[in-house]
Amino acid sequence: MAEDTHNQDGAGEVHTGHPTPMTYFKVAMILSVITAIEVAIFYVEDLGHGIIPILVVLSAAKFALVAMFYMHLRYDAKLFSGFFVGGLVLAFTVGIALLALFKFFV
Amino acid sequence: MAEAAAAHGEHEETTTGLNHRKLLMWAFLGSDCMFFGSLIATYVVYQGKSKVGPFPEDVFSIPVTSVSTFVLLMSSMSMVLAYAALTRGNIKVFRIWLISTAIMGMTFLGFQVFEFRDFANYKVELECAHLEPDKLTEFEKTFVDRCTEGMDEFKEQHGLTPRTNLFGTTFFTLTGFHGAHVTLGVIWLLSILFHSFRGGVRPETNLDVDLAALYWHFVDVVWIVIFTVVYLFGVFPGI
Repeated sequence: MAEDTHNQDGAGEVHTGHPTPMTYFKVAMILSVITAIEVAIFYVEDLGHGIIPILVVLSAAKFALVAMFYMHLRYDAKLFSGFFVGGLVLAFTVGIALLALFKFFV
Repeated sequence: MAEAAAAHGEHEETTTGLNHRKLLMWAFLGSDCMFFGSLIATYVVYQGKSKVGPFPEDVFSIPVTSVSTFVLLMSSMSMVLAYAALTRGNIKVFRIWLISTAIMGMTFLGFQVFEFRDFANYKVELECAHLEPDKLTEFEKTFVDRCTEGMDEFKEQHGLTPRTNLFGTTFFTLTGFHGAHVTLGVIWLLSILFHSFRGGVRPETNLDVDLAALYWHFVDVVWIVIFTVVYLFGVFPGI
């Protein structure tokens, strides 16, 4: 999906291969379709608890698409990804710890 | 061009080779992940532990929230298109996409205000003459015995506020903070728009817009998580 523009964005580093507006539009369409699938799956009662992993995967896919293409993490310096993913990992760890302490083992 | 960039300190030498402002923005977004992570975890920890209603299945409207989610997703697209237009030097198109983003942000906030107001005015409504217990929520079932003989319908206000129960407290805290982030984002976008009319936004200084765009997309990804964990999981029975 990466193509064209070689762009110096004023941040001191050269970005190679920023997506075109058409790519941004395609990503938006994929995001919309995933959201529609999420809502549709929500109404399928037969799935039972199987709905949890499905919704988690779909939600993670949307999160990754926005982060990679709209926030340009796919094209920017790895250190930016490190800061963001580091925060995410810590947030996830705190969440799991809280759930373990107050929900799973109570 | 170089002078303008230098005036903004965008080509300064740094040990990482990366711009300090952009690095700081990513550090802030990383810390904000932990902030929202804690709020979401708190919501999940207290999920299903409210002693009194209303509960999520009573007040949430998935179709309405799906529309507001779609609006926020589309605002992310218009934001990135605004940035792309600016890097190409097309200020006019940049302004169109930027104002579109701000309008969609305000639309999302409108949905949130509507939702909060709707929750605060929630009423238990039972058609006493045609009661179908299987279709009632747990909270509604507690009012079945209030239907007396000859009564057509039962209606009583039980609004959800932050003080009603644990669900209200954690829900309003989480979505309220997210709404505050969106509000700040809209103000930021509008200030950039006004700044552009005074000649302050140029392709060579697009880092200012890049930072605002990063913040806006972050608000979007946080909502992606909230929509799934709070709304979809919240209403789904048995979770």
